[in-house]
Amino acid sequence: MRTRLAFVAGSLAAFVAVSAPAFAQKQGGTLRISHRDNPPSASIHEEATISVVQPFMAVFNNLVVFDPKEKVNSPDKIVPDLAESWSWNPDQTKLTFKLRSGVKWHDGKPFSAKDVKCTWDALIGKADEKSDLIRKNPRKVWYSNLKDVKVGSDTEVTFELGRPQPSFLSMLAAGYSPVYACHANGRDMRSKPIGTGPFKVVEFKRNEAIKLVRNPDYWKKGRPYLDAIDWKIVPNRSTRMLGFVAGEFDMTFDSDVTFPMLADVKAQKADAVCEARPSNVNTNLLVNRDAPPFDNPELRRALSLSLDRKAFNDILFQGHALNGASMLPPPAGVWGMSKEMLESMPGFSPNRDKNLAEARAIMEKLGYTKDKPLKIKVSTRNIAIYRDPAVILIDQLKQIHIEGELEPIDTTVWYTKIQGKKYSIGLNLTGLGVDDPDTNFYENFHSTSDRNYTAYKNPEVDKLIEQQSAELDREKRKKLVWGVEQKLIEDGARPVINQNAANTCWTPQLKGVLLQHNSIYNGWRFEDIWLDR
Amino acid sequence: MGAYLTRRFLLMALTLFGMSVLIFVMLRLVPGNVADILVDSAGIADPKEKAKIARELGIDRPIFDQYIHWIGGLAQGDLGFAYVSERPAIEEIAPRIPISAKLAGLALFFSVILGVPLGVISAVRQNTGFDYFLRVLSLSGLSLPSFWLGLLILMASVQWFGMIPIYTNEPRSMIDELLLLSIPAAAVGFRSSALIMRLTRSSMLEVMRQDYIRTARSKGASQTSVNYDHALRNALLPVVTIIGIEAAFLVGGLIVTETVFNIPGVARFLVEAILWRDYPIVQNLVMLIAFVVIVVNFLVDMAYMALDPRIKYAD
Repeated sequence: MRTRLAFVAGSLAAFVAVSAPAFAQKQGGTLRISHRDNPPSASIHEEATISVVQPFMAVFNNLVVFDPKEKVNSPDKIVPDLAESWSWNPDQTKLTFKLRSGVKWHDGKPFSAKDVKCTWDALIGKADEKSDLIRKNPRKVWYSNLKDVKVGSDTEVTFELGRPQPSFLSMLAAGYSPVYACHANGRDMRSKPIGTGPFKVVEFKRNEAIKLVRNPDYWKKGRPYLDAIDWKIVPNRSTRMLGFVAGEFDMTFDSDVTFPMLADVKAQKADAVCEARPSNVNTNLLVNRDAPPFDNPELRRALSLSLDRKAFNDILFQGHALNGASMLPPPAGVWGMSKEMLESMPGFSPNRDKNLAEARAIMEKLGYTKDKPLKIKVSTRNIAIYRDPAVILIDQLKQIHIEGELEPIDTTVWYTKIQGKKYSIGLNLTGLGVDDPDTNFYENFHSTSDRNYTAYKNPEVDKLIEQQSAELDREKRKKLVWGVEQKLIEDGARPVINQNAANTCWTPQLKGVLLQHNSIYNGWRFEDIWLDR
Repeated sequence: MGAYLTRRFLLMALTLFGMSVLIFVMLRLVPGNVADILVDSAGIADPKEKAKIARELGIDRPIFDQYIHWIGGLAQGDLGFAYVSERPAIEEIAPRIPISAKLAGLALFFSVILGVPLGVISAVRQNTGFDYFLRVLSLSGLSLPSFWLGLLILMASVQWFGMIPIYTNEPRSMIDELLLLSIPAAAVGFRSSALIMRLTRSSMLEVMRQDYIRTARSKGASQTSVNYDHALRNALLPVVTIIGIEAAFLVGGLIVTETVFNIPGVARFLVEAILWRDYPIVQNLVMLIAFVVIVVNFLVDMAYMALDPRIKYAD
């Protein structure tokens, strides 16, 4: 009898111990977050900013998603979402998803494979002429290899690719790849979208607030924990920070807390949980290589050599930014070059004096001296995070006889100016939706991309980009990727200054927050987050 | 008087028409339109997508057609559709007007209630310690930027009271709203009150040197009666003018205060709409502001008559 009692007691204790974490989460509560600006719309597929993805990702589901329990997004860490499973055909050109049944859109209509087809038909320009699901498509290059989407049944859909593309699944797993409802119209998706996700949109009041409430019919039972998420649009950063310190907000906007601000926040709210992480947003230079003076490759090389990346990092990030080329370096990044490899690239050598001497020699050979400097304009968006590095750049350029003048451009005409090639040097920030070479290289460096702002065109690089994109062996692909990186550095195509880092803070009562370290655009489903109050 | 009023109303209508043409043309002279910006904001500059959006929004039509379409709609109370939110412009504008109006009204109330009496006291007690103190106070009101003052108030609130008086939720009652708006209103009102105080003081000093003030004193009128019945009433004319100008400024000029205190009012919305080249919002809001300014101007002119019976507007 005693043994039996002991067994029962032991079993109960074990049960309680094992299930304790599951019981620990509390249901309910409203999460209050500050938002930095007015999102241009709520349609994730039509926008290219964290201002849209962070609040609205929780409204949708993807087919697959990067594992929200992992900090680093990688192709090995992709988990099912609306798809229960997936399989590739033998030659890796057909990707078939088995979809969940019984999933409903927020308006009660059933989700089916047709919705998946509608979404990607719209993205590859195959949508019905009457469909107005999206009116602009900033990531069409992601799906340039997608030839067709075929519906097998209500719960089966197949993506047919032109050639093997191992990154394809990663792109589908990104926060930028939600499934849209076939029966929705574009205007609604931009103002009050419906999804299948854990939260429904109650209201998107421009310049004011975004209100989301728990979806009681969410297909993932027991989720989300929160009753609601209340985003308040607070354009003034000081007000946002004071609001967080005063307890008006439970969480700051992602990466909103700069390193100089962090000390202030911690001093005023000692219990704040703050995490610094790389954002996979890099500061880089756009060089107009089609017009004098930077049509001269030697001058571009001198420019690359003149960059003192450490100074940028120390001034802007208190040394927390990463030194990297266009792919985020390990351990946060999956595809970037190692420190040793990077330091062997032109301009990345830690021997700054040697770089500077070489850059000066090139400039003097080209006829520029201290008394006869090269005069240029350094153009950038008229926003502090752009202007600040531009000012440091101008200072550094003086050392190689380049006299730069800051030209702040209204943000509304920035891309038009850049694509019109009305600049010499532009200082730019580039964020990657997925830490994968395909999204980066195709978007920013392939000669056919709309977002290749500098119109960089190198057939050899195009070929290498395509080659790495089709390579199924991860290690072989990495080597090809590093080859592309090396070529981009040698060509001075968008020299990267820093891989930026920033802080996000939240109140200690907010539990289950796990920030993803190689893309700020992923991991904002909010379904596993809960409030302990 | 009747003919004067008719002439005045006609002039007001003409001014509004001029404003409508001016704002319409000026907006279109600014580089970039909403289609450029919507596409650019997504990091692309695809001319085809821009042209499609421009067609959808009707901004590819001849400028004259666009003007007639807008002004015709406005005359019938139809403000059109906001380009960015794709909702009727009236639904975007209407909820913001009362918020800004209350804030402006409170700020004006603060500035008058402080500015006029302190200006009178400062003049009456000229060159005393209190006068010097008020002069320094008014100078500081004029020289402290309102965004700085606003931030200072927010920081002090967080530091001392552990709360922040910003507009994050719609107030539950009128008292809540009054309390919430009174702090930003005081921050704005401080600057205006300084201006009104200085003007009241100098105007009072000028009036108090007039012969009729001396006559009033020699006739045995009390100091209070001299100050308020004889001097202040005459000194108020320029003060009323400046109050009118301040009132007009407050209608659309609260951008900094609305941003710092996160108030979803008209001014912040207008600036955002200008940045997005959201023509229907900008045009209608500017017309509204112009209308208010014109009406305030008219009321100020009418107030002159009430303050100084010698002023008559001839037919």
